Amino acid sequence: MSIETISLSGRKKVVSNKEMTFIERLYLVAIVKGLAITLKHLFRKKITIHYPEQVREMSPVYRGQHMLKRDEQGRENCTACGLCALSCPAEAITMKAAERKPDEKHLYREEKYASIYEINMLRCIFCGLCEEACPKDAIYLTTSKVLVPASYEREDFIFGKDKLVMPLEMAIKNSQLNNAN
Amino acid sequence: MESAFIIEKSVVIVVVFAVTMIMAMYSTWAERKVAAFLQDRVGPNRAGWGGLLQPLADGMKLFSKEEFFPNTPNRFLFVVGPAIAMSTALMTSAVIPWGDRLHLFGRDIILQATDVNIALLYIFGVLSVGVYGIMIGGWASNNKFSLMGAVRAASQMVSYEVAMGLSMIALLMMTGTMSLKEISLQQQGMNWNVFYQPVSFLIFLICSFAETNRTPFDLAECENELIGGYHTEYSSMKMGFYLFAEYASMFISATIISVLFFGGYNYPGMQWMVENVGVNTANLLGIAVLFVKICFFIFFYMWVRWTIPRFRYDQLMNLGWRILIPLSIINIMITGAVILRHDIAAALGF
Repeated sequence: MSIETISLSGRKKVVSNKEMTFIERLYLVAIVKGLAITLKHLFRKKITIHYPEQVREMSPVYRGQHMLKRDEQGRENCTACGLCALSCPAEAITMKAAERKPDEKHLYREEKYASIYEINMLRCIFCGLCEEACPKDAIYLTTSKVLVPASYEREDFIFGKDKLVMPLEMAIKNSQLNNAN
Repeated sequence: MESAFIIEKSVVIVVVFAVTMIMAMYSTWAERKVAAFLQDRVGPNRAGWGGLLQPLADGMKLFSKEEFFPNTPNRFLFVVGPAIAMSTALMTSAVIPWGDRLHLFGRDIILQATDVNIALLYIFGVLSVGVYGIMIGGWASNNKFSLMGAVRAASQMVSYEVAMGLSMIALLMMTGTMSLKEISLQQQGMNWNVFYQPVSFLIFLICSFAETNRTPFDLAECENELIGGYHTEYSSMKMGFYLFAEYASMFISATIISVLFFGGYNYPGMQWMVENVGVNTANLLGIAVLFVKICFFIFFYMWVRWTIPRFRYDQLMNLGWRILIPLSIINIMITGAVILRHDIAAALGF
């Protein structure tokens, strides 16, 4: 088989400039064929998802807005190692580390934590490399089903810890669920 | 007697007017629904059941829009344009026989606003005035896109009117009358004209697509080249009038096709129904049958719109002048030859 005749998609057609026959030039046959095709679509199943009533199922590998996890005791996992910022191809993540005070043991799991943790959602490409890089299971995109909301100001898209850290109630609920299991 | 006649005719006219408006209104809904279904979508379904209140919502939206006037030298013409388009679209419905007759209150009510003996000529005349609505509107907009759309519409309508008229002549030679009422009566049973004049029907159908500015001949308002064509500068209800006029004329031309070629209100067994069931039932059924035919043709207009892409301008002119006109002249000659043969055969006593 020569290279010219191979058709990987199976739909390859050789273009020819042959003269059209009289019937073809009449154009009417082609119109009737076209009408038949459109009529077939009239009875086809509609693929519309009626949005507010029906919600499209999310893919299992869906990546949404980042979430900084807490452990089952409600302490932040992040230790500000900076691996996520290092792995980020879009350079969207910045952070500042701080040392945990003795009276903050119930807030942070490790001795070092991120006092400032910012992700620029306009730079982020939602590739999930930060999630893969994190050694402490702190940052997740896959389990969060939150979407980044629209806004008018660029500053609104720089998300700090107030928007990124998992709400405490959620952490408590998760640990209760885990205990029940 | 005289006043009863006036009341009867006024009622018929008002009903025909209202029905035309409602049909035009719901054609917009049907257009969107059919478009959606042909593209595997659902279409408008939020306003009312199945989106049935959508035309009202659209109308309300258009009413509440700003009345925008471009910097035009002649404001009067700018307003007259949509008015002409709308009134000519509605005027044609006057001569169409919607049914034979109803027997109510001891009177025979003819279901036609007026039965003039030159109904076909009247329709052609009014339709060709319709192009002025577009031309004046496009010219008064003081915008090159509008002017271009208007010029295209004018040349297209003028070219296709010729072929349309010629295709009608073949039919007229056969029917021998221009009264739509008599043409309907001649087609009793399944004696439809389309079986005798298929070529004439085909030409008439193609030309009516061009006359109503529908795809594949919607060069007057092709969105991707001319923005909106002749109604680019229009807003609010003036825009609504143009759109409405287009749908009204689509309804009317679907009606004319059904009356001329598909037997109008006739259905097989109508005579039997009149004798055995009653005049009123038979004729109400006749009106229903006519509307089924009309609805099919309106659907056909939409169906074609989502099947065939728009013609290029030179293709349009080629089709009109070099194919349709010669074809209709040949059709006239063949019809004449057949009629002549029948006459000679009759004269010789075969």
